[in-house]
Order: sequence, then structure tokens, then C-alpha cells
Amino acid sequence: MIARRHFLTLAASSIAAPALAAFVDLRLRGGPSHRPLTAAFADKRRMILQRTTPPLLETPLSVFDAGIFTPNDRFYVRWHWPFPTEIDARAFRLRVDGHVKAPLALSLADIAALPRFEIAAVNQCSGNSRGFFEPRVPGAQWGHGAMGNALWSGVRLRDVLARAGVKDGAVRLRFSGMDEPPLPEAPDFQKSLSLDHALDGEVMLATHMNGAPLPLMNGFPLRLVVPGWFSTYWVKMLDRIEVMTGRDENYWMAKAYLVPSTPDGGITPGTRDFARQPISTMVPRAFITNVIDGSRRHWQSALPVGGIAFGGTTGVARVEVSADGGATWRDATLGPDAGRYSFRRFDTVIAAPRGTARLLARCTSTAGVVQPLAGIWNPGGYLRGQVEAVNVEFI
Amino acid sequence: MRVRLILLAAGLAIAAAPAPRPVRIDLPFDTTQFAELGAGAPAPDAINNNCLSCHSAEMVLNQPALSRMEWAGEVAKMRNVYKAPVAETDDAAIIDWLTAMSERRNNAGAKAGS
Repeated sequence: MIARRHFLTLAASSIAAPALAAFVDLRLRGGPSHRPLTAAFADKRRMILQRTTPPLLETPLSVFDAGIFTPNDRFYVRWHWPFPTEIDARAFRLRVDGHVKAPLALSLADIAALPRFEIAAVNQCSGNSRGFFEPRVPGAQWGHGAMGNALWSGVRLRDVLARAGVKDGAVRLRFSGMDEPPLPEAPDFQKSLSLDHALDGEVMLATHMNGAPLPLMNGFPLRLVVPGWFSTYWVKMLDRIEVMTGRDENYWMAKAYLVPSTPDGGITPGTRDFARQPISTMVPRAFITNVIDGSRRHWQSALPVGGIAFGGTTGVARVEVSADGGATWRDATLGPDAGRYSFRRFDTVIAAPRGTARLLARCTSTAGVVQPLAGIWNPGGYLRGQVEAVNVEFI
Repeated sequence: MRVRLILLAAGLAIAAAPAPRPVRIDLPFDTTQFAELGAGAPAPDAINNNCLSCHSAEMVLNQPALSRMEWAGEVAKMRNVYKAPVAETDDAAIIDWLTAMSERRNNAGAKAGS
């Protein structure tokens, strides 16, 4: 109910809306900032339409206000290439080959026979919030909704690899799915992880999210889950694992999804020559979800402020909220802990000033990493992690 | 277990329901074409003929205002990396349209901000 009220507030600021808004304003500086809302995609309710083909669907922020698990029918969607729109689960096989003792072609029944594993984890696009980078950078112009949190269930990758028997000398695993470039010479989407990482007992193959089979657009029937790492590694419709003895020079590891090799992944705009490395782990973030940026609301002396936070690779230790642009902070109360990789709810009540307020929420991870107030910049628009502001006008 | 309690509280299913099979969806189409920018402005014919077979127009129209050099870089990336079959003789017309679109947006933004 709260979510709907804010949704309408947000809609009212963009267009004179009837009962349901047709557009959202992502408040991207310099624009274009408006996006249609769509319910035209299978298994999805209202989503922010970034691109129809291949689909880029963003989750409205109000969804995150309703709970720490993002419903499957509101979970964001991001495809690079066309993908099959019909999958016969009985015919599906996961191939495991390369530097292994026994190459495998596993059915879903074979996979289901392995020990079950489940973990709550945030799945976030590397370019989430790219639209807020200044100077602006090309790429999918996401707001903050290219992320979601789910309880992923399936099997550990380690248990699958044990069946194939990794041979001495293996160093990496390369993953690819059933999506295919429209031009055969274009680079197939493939990502890789070090063998040690793949064997850590947390990297898994999920068949279900939030207790239901993966929606087709979220990777049915099988996707890789890499807790703490950006979603570019969470290969959807996973149908091949290749055990490698050397480097992975494929485009999606060697040329794309690279970040500056600086401590925070940032660089001065305009810098031309700098070392780059594949993007990897996420950083702490917090989002106020019950007050919409740019909204107007009736003044109330005690304003509830709440939202969701995550720690990146570790849990959430603390979330502080400021109502004066960062001059003073107060600790929010944290909601239930669903695990170190999950969203965690925070809530507090602030004394609202008259006029306008610049609300901030700042996450500190259990590793002691604190969100910075100042942002980084890089040409890919990756790794945004600074404290986000919500501007509100009281009337 | 705690996580399952949270899920239950959120009203989400906790049983690992079997998948229906085969699973099939239909994807919507977007038939939006790049628009005429007006008399004397670069025509959208080249971009419409070359740039809509792999992705819908929103990908281009949602970009921030980019410079001619940045748009040229995007067109080159589509051809060189993603192997888009764009005739090199069409490059100039495509980049002209994109640059004109960005300039219009910059002008509109400057007016709105003044």
C-alpha cells in the first residue's frame, strides 16, 4: 500500500496520470529521463521499459520498499543477445567439458539429484545507476533498479564439478548460456571465474528463485549465482561449463566489463591510458525507498525514512540516515538478517525540516567499508556506490 | 530457518514447485522508427535501415546527448565488435542523424534551464 502511494506520487511529478502511471521519471541529469512502464512482458508485472529488444527491464524503486526479497515478477531483466523463447526442460542438458576426467551432459533431473543448496543474494547489474554518472557515459541508462534480491536455490557448482573430475592444471571455468548473437561472428556471451572461486561452496547453479522456477527471462532453466559479485557473471540459461588451463581471452572478459585498476575503480574523466581489470565484487549501497527523490509531500514533524541496504561481499553492519545533507547522522534500526549477501531493511524516524530536505542513507558493511559521500567515475559507468540523495519538498 | 520465515512473511512461495514444460513465452515487438528531425536536418533513412535489426530504437533514444565523436565510436563498435552489417558508406548519414538529435536535445535542455 505504501509502495502504491509513492508510485502515484512519483507518477504525478512526471505526467498528469490517470489511476496508473504510464511513465516514470528516473531523474537523470540532462535527460532523457522518462521511461514507459510496461506490463507487456511474460511473467512480469509493471516494469520500467529501458529497451524492448533485447529486453532491458528495470525494477521500480517502490518494489524494494515492499520487502527485502524482490518478487520474481518484478525482478529486473537484462539481455545482451537474443535468447530462446521456448525451452523444453526435459531436453535441456548442461555440458561440462574441457580439462575434466569425465565430460558430462547433465539433465535437470541429474542436477536435482545433487545435494540442495540455497542462499539469499543480491543480483546487481554492473551498470546499475549508470544514468546518474556525471559526465554521462553511453550504455544502458539505468536508474537504481537494475538490481534485486532473491533466495536462490539449486546446487553448488563444486558438487557439479566433482562429478566431472577437474584435472590437474585447471585454473578457470568459463560459462556460457543459450543466448546467441544475431551475427554468428559476433562474440558469444561468455564469462569466467577462477577455479578456486568456483569451488568456494557458495557459487551455485540455481533452478529456482524465491521458491519458484526461474522466469524464462531471468535465466530458466538454470543460471549461475555468484554471491557478492556483479550480475555479469551470473550467466543465464547456463548450458555449458568449460574447464580451462589458461587465460580467458574472450571479448566479455578481456575487453568488456573492465574497470580501472584503481583502489575504488574510479578515474578522472578524460583519462585515456590506464590499466583495466575485469569487474568483480560489489560495494556497499543503501537506498531510501519510502520517500521518492524529487517528490513533494505534506510536512510532518516526525518523518519515517526507510529502505534497503546491502554490504557488497559482506553483511550490513550499520545504516545511518541524515536529513540535513550529511551534517548530522542517526542510526537506523536494521531489519531481519537474511544472510550476508542479502538486502537488509533499515528504518528510522527523522525530524523533518520545513521547506526542503536532502535525505541521505549511508551503509557500513560488516567488513567496515563505509559508503563514500563523493562518487567515482569511470567510462563504463560501473561500480557506483556513493551515498545517494533523496530530495523532498514539504508543503 | 530464518530466511524462509522472511520469505513466508513476504507472502512468497517456499515450495520448490516443478517447472511446467516446455516453457514458452512471447516477446513484445517495438516498431518505433527513428524520426525525421525536420526540414534541412539529416534524414533518418540510413539509421532506420541499419540500426533496428538487432536492437529496438529505445537503446539509441535513451542515450544522453553524445558528441559526434562519441556517436562515431558507438557506430564503429557496433560494426567492429558486434559485427553489425552496416555499410561504411552509410556511416556519415547515421552519425549525422545521431549528432543532430543530440544537438537538438542539448538546445532544448539549455532553453528549459534558462
